[in-house]
Amino acid sequence: MLKRLAEVLRGMGHRIIDRIWRLGSGARFFLYTLIYSGESFRRIHLTIREIYFTGVMSLLIILVSAFFVGMVLALQGYNTLQKYGSSEAIGVLVALSLVRELGPVVTALLFAGRAGTAITAEIGLMKTTEQLSAMEMMAVSPIARVVAPRFWAGVVSMPLLAALFSMVGVLGGYIVAVPVIGVDNGAFWSQMQANVDFQADIVNGVIKSVVFGVACTMIALFEGFDAPPTAEGVSRATTRTVVNSSLAVLGLDFILTSFMIVT
Amino acid sequence: MADNIVEIDNLSFGYKGRLLHKGINMSFPRGKVIAIMGGSGSGKTTLLRLIGGQLVPTQGEVRVEGQVVHKQDRHGLFQLRRKMGMLFQFGALFTDLSVYENVAFPIREHADLPESIIRDLVMMKLNAVGLRGARNLMPTELSGGMARRVALARAIALDPSIIMYDEPFTGLDPISMSVTCNLIRSLNDALGATSILVTHDVKEAFSIADYVYIVANGVVEAEGAPDELRQSTLPFVHQFVHGEVDGPVPFHYSAPDYRRDMLRGQDA
Amino acid sequence: MERTTMDLWVGIFAVAGAAALFGLALKVGNLTSSSVGETYTVTAAFENIGGLKPRAPVKSAGVVVGRVDNIQFDSKTFEANVTLKVDKRYPFPKDTFANIYTAGLLGEQYVGLEAGGDEQSLKDGDKISHTQDAVVLEKMISQFLYNKASESGDSKKAE
Repeated sequence: MLKRLAEVLRGMGHRIIDRIWRLGSGARFFLYTLIYSGESFRRIHLTIREIYFTGVMSLLIILVSAFFVGMVLALQGYNTLQKYGSSEAIGVLVALSLVRELGPVVTALLFAGRAGTAITAEIGLMKTTEQLSAMEMMAVSPIARVVAPRFWAGVVSMPLLAALFSMVGVLGGYIVAVPVIGVDNGAFWSQMQANVDFQADIVNGVIKSVVFGVACTMIALFEGFDAPPTAEGVSRATTRTVVNSSLAVLGLDFILTSFMIVT
Repeated sequence: MADNIVEIDNLSFGYKGRLLHKGINMSFPRGKVIAIMGGSGSGKTTLLRLIGGQLVPTQGEVRVEGQVVHKQDRHGLFQLRRKMGMLFQFGALFTDLSVYENVAFPIREHADLPESIIRDLVMMKLNAVGLRGARNLMPTELSGGMARRVALARAIALDPSIIMYDEPFTGLDPISMSVTCNLIRSLNDALGATSILVTHDVKEAFSIADYVYIVANGVVEAEGAPDELRQSTLPFVHQFVHGEVDGPVPFHYSAPDYRRDMLRGQDA
Repeated sequence: MERTTMDLWVGIFAVAGAAALFGLALKVGNLTSSSVGETYTVTAAFENIGGLKPRAPVKSAGVVVGRVDNIQFDSKTFEANVTLKVDKRYPFPKDTFANIYTAGLLGEQYVGLEAGGDEQSLKDGDKISHTQDAVVLEKMISQFLYNKASESGDSKKAE
């Protein structure tokens, strides 16, 4: 009995130490990425290429989802708001939900699923096929050549994607609210403009998406770089990217929101 | 001894206390093709990584051109690595770059040359391996043997003085195998380089190598010119060179007595 | 993928993203109404500002004419000093009333300006002397209950 207990405790301890170890090596990896970032700006086409693969390739899913999210928000919002006779406030509801929360968060979640997994799989595969070792043997740092450009591409792409998400979402909401439901066009926009604050809502939304960009891209890169060099290892790392990114985004969202609302 | 480009001196290396190499001494004279042979899992590839400075020895040292590899800082290590070219087991071509760009990669990274000169260099290297016509293909469109040759062209792109080959013959058909085999020898002589060949293919290695080390159980079990080793009477060397089933390396992984093991039931 | 095509796409992406940000700031947000146009600053002291926050609107006759810039506590007078930024296009007389109102029953609080009759207008840095505090709901309720209680006490005495 006692032996069992000790075994369980030991297992738990082992897992905790393992997590902390990984967190530490992740932090070191992050630091190295920042140190070796010079090249991704000096040879900007390396970064531009990655922006194409992370940002541009995620556009379709982001825009389509945003459109639907905006339309659903307008439908749901109208359904509730009209009970209180304030259906013109639908513009505010749609815009605030998108700009403050759904824009950055849903974009980050979709980004983790679309671009994050691609990054992890690509880097994991490069490791499995010894491409990273080969690079090292050619006296080229894989962190400077492979990791850093992808990191900056993710950090740049995320706020742009989130802004597009919010904008297209508002358009989707507009299409449902004004032409379909028949809310007054002027009221829709003026109420929105009166209640969405540039600093408190839009800038904070952008800050959020930048933080999510750093977190999602870093997790995807680290999981790829850290993946055991086997097919199974890479597939597991890809799954971990989605799980960890999603958790990180939601957790960070709570922390950031609480700071933003307090101040 | 002064003309040894790489020297391995009393080298030990292991993971977590389990030693893979126990005091290995080797020397690689300039201009020769040297084969390191041994069974699967005897740490041959690890030796290459130790020479390349990707791993740090537990004990002893590796010297490349007189400089101790693991005592170099990052910059010094990268300087040393520019003198080395390495051919990985399956080529390790960059899958997102074309054949041309793969070969151009080390040149672009290390030298700020105009595009026309890069083009000439790449064409020369590709011509040397006979794949000038395949320059616009992607790595996924190449056969295993062609990929290996492109990787070889990339490895020699910067005219290294040391070329390392990690299992260059695995998974190749007989024709590709002899093509690769000849290339290794002819490139070595043309470039005046030193080739370190890690393999377990006895026939090919013996046909091109000047000197052979046979590694087993973490030590150099035997060394010598191919002809000497063929004549060797050492039981292990005899078994290895002639590929016999049983000998000093047993067919069975060490296990308790078969009859007792069966009778003990599944719990064992 | 040709490098030029890739560059083109990334360019389109960057421009579209920047445009979306501008769109959000101008069309969805209040950047147009808040920072365009010059303002003048006036202060007003209140005994109680209730839940007034910086950046709350300043309205007159229901039109937004400015924003609350800053709120500070004056430890000499024990009052709240509220700094208002009012649009230069809207001059107000010297004896303007500044009140703190609540939008609806539980809505956000804002500063309402009621013009007086003075010939002279408020200038940058002036102080509004006529102010009315925020209505604090708890105070109102307790006052109401107190009145009720004293009423019923009175009626009991009368019996």
